[in-house]
Amino acid sequence: MQNTTRLDRRPPATAPPPKGLRKALILVEKGIKEPIWDCRMCGQCILHSTGMSCPMRCPKNLRNGPCGGVLQNGHCEVLNDRQCVWVQAWEGSRKMPIWRGHMAHLQRPVDWRLQETSSWENLLTGRDRYLPAGWRSYETGRHTR
Amino acid sequence: MSDVEPRSRLHRLLLSGEFVVTAELQTTDSADPGSVHHLAEGLRGIVDAVNCTDNSAAHPHISNVAAGKLLLERGIEPIVQFTCRDRNRLALQADLLGAAALGVRNVVMMSGDDVTAGDHPEAKPIYDIDSCHALRIARIMRDEGTYLSGRKLTGPPSFLVGAVENPFAPPVDFRPVRLGKKVEAGAEFVQSQIVFNLERMRVFMARAGELGLPQKAFILGGVFVLRSARAARYLRDQVPGIDVPEETIRRMEGIPAERQAEEGIAIALEIVQQLREMPGIAGVHVMSINWEEVIPRVVEGSGLLPRPAAGP
Repeated sequence: MQNTTRLDRRPPATAPPPKGLRKALILVEKGIKEPIWDCRMCGQCILHSTGMSCPMRCPKNLRNGPCGGVLQNGHCEVLNDRQCVWVQAWEGSRKMPIWRGHMAHLQRPVDWRLQETSSWENLLTGRDRYLPAGWRSYETGRHTR
Repeated sequence: MSDVEPRSRLHRLLLSGEFVVTAELQTTDSADPGSVHHLAEGLRGIVDAVNCTDNSAAHPHISNVAAGKLLLERGIEPIVQFTCRDRNRLALQADLLGAAALGVRNVVMMSGDDVTAGDHPEAKPIYDIDSCHALRIARIMRDEGTYLSGRKLTGPPSFLVGAVENPFAPPVDFRPVRLGKKVEAGAEFVQSQIVFNLERMRVFMARAGELGLPQKAFILGGVFVLRSARAARYLRDQVPGIDVPEETIRRMEGIPAERQAEEGIAIALEIVQQLREMPGIAGVHVMSINWEEVIPRVVEGSGLLPRPAAGP
């Protein structure tokens, strides 16, 4: 997709200030996703890949599955009055007609610059597709090896 | 896994098909190198490699990398654990490189117990990346010879990259899939959470086998030596993610207190035996808490002594 140039390794443009239309978009996304999914506005939504259970609600921000500390009753080891978000993710994903297999997908590291931005905007602009060059070259290498 | 150049002594043994034995170094809270050297002596020739924990149970202890170096000074091969709780992606890469420069040849990546489980519950947890990311980063550094950013390393590390997995914590049906993700991310060996529930372990290994994971990564079963019925209840009630079946608790409780330690050893020996017979299990990882002298007894009792020489 892109060459590994020196420029590549520089951060992509950080989120522009949330003004006007952009602010409206953020408010709409947050207004919908927060009450329904307890969305944390990470700006790089993978909700459909995690059984509609937001992984950013995990106190360890795990994007690839539960830690080893999940209690026998399925509750979180940190917030032990709540069910583990990954228990919910697994159960949720089993009920989904599509995207079930996404639970096995390796999710890239979080780009923390996208916090509090709209994942919809980032999807359209491609800002959420940023991958560190090392990660990208490893994946490319895998395919050609 | 054929035609692979061994990255460590542990790797050489695993490649040769040897049933390996690893153990966990007791944590120390001393600036005296002798504190680690002393523990190292008790494990020499008993196990193939020794895990150096990373602020285990979210309590600060001697640095994982420093402990690894101190083990190396005594001719014992370390497996250095790295959690995502205390370091972001920059610190992780710096520590991996530093560990490799000091001679560490086995690393294990994990999320880590949360700070709320430790003695500094008010601390800021990091969790910049998760364990799958950490595994991939270690592989990028080793195989691509770059940092995650793509910036070149002038001397890439060469280590065997390991993961952990807990077959006993919910959602149990997802656990083999999750292990598959860790293998895809870069894990070449895996140390499991403590096995008491052999039935669940068999189901997990059967599913892992269907996914072809034992062919891609060496899987070691975790074995804990119970000292008392109280210890069994403590593990069940106080350590998140550990499955101690009622039957194990009852068995320990049914023995007079002064003989419970012997019963704990008997249980550990049975579990080692069952794990050896389980398809896809490449070794055991033996643990105890403040009872390091029991490790040689369990390894010897299992008929796993003497340990093979594994070259340089």
